[in-house]
Amino acid sequence: MSDRVKIIVDGREVTSPSGELLIKAAEENGTYIPRFCWHSRMKPVGMCRMCLVEVEGPRGKVLVTSCTTPVVEGMIVHTRSDVVKKAQEGVLEFLLINHPLDCPVCDKGGECPLQDQTLAHGPGESRFVEEKRHFEKPIPISDLVLLDRERCILCARCTRFSDEISGDPLIEFIDRGNHTQINTFPDEPFSSYFSGNTVQICPVGALTATPYRFKARPWDLEAVESTCPHCSVGCRVSVHASQNQVVRLIGVDVDATNQGWLCDKGRFGFEYLRSPERLSSPLLRGDDGEFHEVGWAEALDAVATRLRSVIAEKGPASVAGLGGARSTNEEAYAFAKLLRGVIGTGNLDASLGDDPGVGLLVGTNARATIDDLERAKTILVWGPDLKEELPVLYLRVRRAATALGTTLIVVHPRATGLDRDATHTVRYRPGVGAALLRRLAAGEGDLAEVRAALDQGPVVAIIGRTGLAESADLAEAVAAFARGLPEARLLPVARRGNVFGALDMGMSPHLLPGRVAADDATARSTLAAAWGAGVAAPGRDASGILAGMANGSIGAVLLLGSDPLADHPDQKVATEAFAAVSPPVGGRPFLVSLDIFRNRSNEGADVILPVDTFTEVEGTVTNLEGRAQKTNRLVPGVGASRPTVEVLEDLAIRLGGSVGSSAAAIAKEIAAVAPAYAAVSWDALDWGTGRDGIVAAGGSFAHTPTATGKDPAIGDLTLHLGRVLYDKGTVVTAGPSLAMLAPSAAAHLHPEDAARLGFSAGDRVTVTGNAGSAAMPVVLDPTLAKGTVYIPFNTGATIGNGLDVKVERA
Amino acid sequence: MTDRILTTRMEAHPADAHTIARYEATGGYAALRKAFGMKPEEIVAEVKASNLRGRGGAGFPTGVKWGFLAPSTPRYLVVNADESEPGTFKDRQLLERDPHQLLEGIVISAFAIAVNRAFVYIRGEYPRSARRMQQAVDEAYAAGYLGKDILGSGFTLDVTVHLGAGAYICGEETAMLNSLEGKRGEPRIKPPFPAVAGLYAKPTIVNNVETISNVPWIVSNGGAAYNAIGPEGSRGTRLLSLSGHVVKPGNYEIVMGMSWRDLIFGIGGGIPGGKALKCWIPGGASAPWFTPEVLDEPVTLDDIARLGSMAGSGAVVVMDETTNVVEAALSIVRFFAHESCGQCTPCREGASWLQRILERIVTGQGRPSDLDLLLDVSDNISPGLRWPPAMTTICPLGPSAVSPITSIMKHFRDEIVAMIPGEVTAGV
Repeated sequence: MSDRVKIIVDGREVTSPSGELLIKAAEENGTYIPRFCWHSRMKPVGMCRMCLVEVEGPRGKVLVTSCTTPVVEGMIVHTRSDVVKKAQEGVLEFLLINHPLDCPVCDKGGECPLQDQTLAHGPGESRFVEEKRHFEKPIPISDLVLLDRERCILCARCTRFSDEISGDPLIEFIDRGNHTQINTFPDEPFSSYFSGNTVQICPVGALTATPYRFKARPWDLEAVESTCPHCSVGCRVSVHASQNQVVRLIGVDVDATNQGWLCDKGRFGFEYLRSPERLSSPLLRGDDGEFHEVGWAEALDAVATRLRSVIAEKGPASVAGLGGARSTNEEAYAFAKLLRGVIGTGNLDASLGDDPGVGLLVGTNARATIDDLERAKTILVWGPDLKEELPVLYLRVRRAATALGTTLIVVHPRATGLDRDATHTVRYRPGVGAALLRRLAAGEGDLAEVRAALDQGPVVAIIGRTGLAESADLAEAVAAFARGLPEARLLPVARRGNVFGALDMGMSPHLLPGRVAADDATARSTLAAAWGAGVAAPGRDASGILAGMANGSIGAVLLLGSDPLADHPDQKVATEAFAAVSPPVGGRPFLVSLDIFRNRSNEGADVILPVDTFTEVEGTVTNLEGRAQKTNRLVPGVGASRPTVEVLEDLAIRLGGSVGSSAAAIAKEIAAVAPAYAAVSWDALDWGTGRDGIVAAGGSFAHTPTATGKDPAIGDLTLHLGRVLYDKGTVVTAGPSLAMLAPSAAAHLHPEDAARLGFSAGDRVTVTGNAGSAAMPVVLDPTLAKGTVYIPFNTGATIGNGLDVKVERA
Repeated sequence: MTDRILTTRMEAHPADAHTIARYEATGGYAALRKAFGMKPEEIVAEVKASNLRGRGGAGFPTGVKWGFLAPSTPRYLVVNADESEPGTFKDRQLLERDPHQLLEGIVISAFAIAVNRAFVYIRGEYPRSARRMQQAVDEAYAAGYLGKDILGSGFTLDVTVHLGAGAYICGEETAMLNSLEGKRGEPRIKPPFPAVAGLYAKPTIVNNVETISNVPWIVSNGGAAYNAIGPEGSRGTRLLSLSGHVVKPGNYEIVMGMSWRDLIFGIGGGIPGGKALKCWIPGGASAPWFTPEVLDEPVTLDDIARLGSMAGSGAVVVMDETTNVVEAALSIVRFFAHESCGQCTPCREGASWLQRILERIVTGQGRPSDLDLLLDVSDNISPGLRWPPAMTTICPLGPSAVSPITSIMKHFRDEIVAMIPGEVTAGV
């Protein structure tokens, strides 16, 4: 490349991109310069002074910090001269004089850069004989993070992360000189969704997080690299376990997805794995109507017997399967194969009616990758509040807007996490989206500037449902508009961990494995040949299955990690469906649940089968870009729980078929029969370029988004049912660290609406929707579009997802 | 030859030199009218020709600095009135007793460098200076010397008086810019220099109060006339703050080139009680100390530099024979340790460490190894212990804490050794 420059490092000529920081240029050429404050994903500050080197200049050699010095042609650098060594050792000594000698009880001990540097270069004895600087030992700066100011070496990594990367500048330096310390602002805790990253990048043990404190020593940890399961971003993680218990997750720096960062739900959301509530034995409902712990053979025999009788009585099309979005691809594939090929039903869905349509999610052409955000000129986000639903995607969009100068347009019913960094924000009331889109497309009035910005390509459009009360048709319409923008790439988003992978594996009435249309008869017969079994014709989706449960046309339902009562946005339909099963009475649908917890939906099940989950099974998962990544096993499951794949195979055998003998075998079968996954193999993902995953591509399923152009008729107040990161979901409620962070339900109103209706902040109101009423307090939110009632989804209030709502004094 | 430029009005009219009425009555703002008849580049040329050097400490040629200003807009002028160097109190006099002279200099300078917004950053402990300066600014707005279309020239200038919050480090120009922006007062890494990316990342000139106060005179009388005053390299007059063991401490506007003997024993009236001179600091607390063998050397910027120190901010602190130099050095080190911003490890930790070593020496608890330790810790802040200092820090505050230690080590090693119980063999 022409803009590479030659520099001389310790007498050795090397080349580096012009303008690269010296510390990085040297490292890439094999010379490691010690550092504490420098971090490759953040702006340099040159504060710790550990990376001092000598650079030859017109007035002789000058000491400079290599983290703040860009390389120029011909630069002569000395990183190991006597002057440099003395300066660096001096800095190390300065850092140590007030640093406590509590390494034996410090969580960082054994993996501490300061300890490592001291061991390598430090003096054996201290020349500092005075009393060290003292602060109150660790003070909680949030519900999750503690700060030990005695250990802190004031490198500003945590403050820079919070300010530059996450946009939550809640911690700062206070006081000065020898009294300088990090702290929060008075009465404002460090309540950031990303606080755990500061713990990870702290070069000493100053910041620790409650879930890991005193749990293990680094040298006792077993580790495996894996993929975070909690949302569809698919962050790369390193999972650490001690004595067969997962004790922490660390973000792994890959360019493609998370660049080292994690959200706190991803990082700390592992405690549910060892919750005492975890299912540890198959449960079979006895004649007394109660669950009884039974052996696997008895449970599976019971399931097979009942399924055979339902099939005999009502036909295979009366059986249905829901789930797979929390499973691995191999598990979802096995589940789909069991349903379509062994049982012979086309009623199956991994999506629960809360996502954009399967066409948009799987069949979009010119699908964007997350990394396309780095090259975009304009980013349009018309979908969920990314900070709440897909937090690390929020970080990537925020980086584009704040560090790369990208124009960012956010369209949402209220201020989202991104609004502060957005170039343009547009607010609208749920129910008028189609009209807004028409005005935006035409560049009418105050939208002229936004429209003009959208003409600057390349455009990346992140499209999803802003909330669960809004029709999925709107996302279709937005996609139809956005695909016509210059050099447009679309990133349709849905939240649930492996929903994209499960759909890709054919867990949809519309899809066969590998992004092939289920109504493609040729493809079905090809697949049937590979399976040596019939492939059922397309059947019902999730809403159709739930309706069938209510009206008796569905006779048996298998749930794979699925809790429709909690997750299906149309709570009216879900409630009616499960009212038919619970309490158990004769003639009701037979219900089987493969899960890790009891939940509202499987309360009425006939059989509950405990399965292994994240960190307990090996497999692949697919993120919202269609990127397949490896997830790995580190610890055993709980009690008698078994891998899903084995459970499904044992069931298949009892029904006279087979889904595959192991996850590894199924992975090979997927590569053989699923066109988009031909290049995806465990070997490729585990080794070589595998760290970035493989973007699955190909498959004949294509979808052209279309706009209905119609808005529904709406009344005075419409509902915005948006998700929040911490809700009443299992991952949050089954782990003590996160459970306390979940907010309780509240009715957010624009102050003008509240005044018009005669409510003040804190008033108790009853909100009535299409599936019920709930009482909650009023919260005033001036960023909310007028005419909107915002209720965070799954925070304890169930009123349905109809747009029209009533708010009355409770 | 003129020997007073800055202090004539305040001496002649001590009661009201700070008012606009007195200022105008004594020829004030005439230079501004003249400036508006000139092209901005002609004013810059006059300032260059005057060889005016900055009075804040570094002594950089003002006209040359103005020439570095990047062409983009907006651009800013910031007047550094954060006078905090121990022993320095000259700017305070200019701010409180002749603020319009500074203000006229600001308007002319801003016009010359095409700036429409200027800030005067005043030390937090100078509320009276800030009141006087604000009063002058208010008067100037009312009289049409500030604001839009000043004196019909079409030139617009707004001036904001900003009171600091009591941090010495904000006198460092980039820390001052951070402070003005509402951030912590911490020096920035240079480059970029303020002239390229300063206040709000825009091109910015930072000049000292005394520097800018000279500008009206230069415009009125021409750069050549200014360049005719004083010795080469130290043109014009200079306001020195004389303090310590002298009979007549105070601010003195002098033409440089006189000997230290004339300054201390002539102008300063000598040492009280007829005691002997022990040493003095020639240019503020950061400057290496002088001892009587250089008494007959001339007081000029270049001669002070030649002898291994600096004229700095013009603070001359005199110490007589009764002075305990270790305590004096401790006093200075304690000041710098207290004022360290805390950014750079060597300064934050090292300055406090030096302070604690000196504290145990002055309390009789020194150790035989302490001289070595003092020197080595100092060396880790300011490698090589040379002058001008090399540094392991972003700004020179760290090395400033080293300066008194190297001075007493060089001149008074025996006195330190005498304070330490036991036999001291090292420390050379």
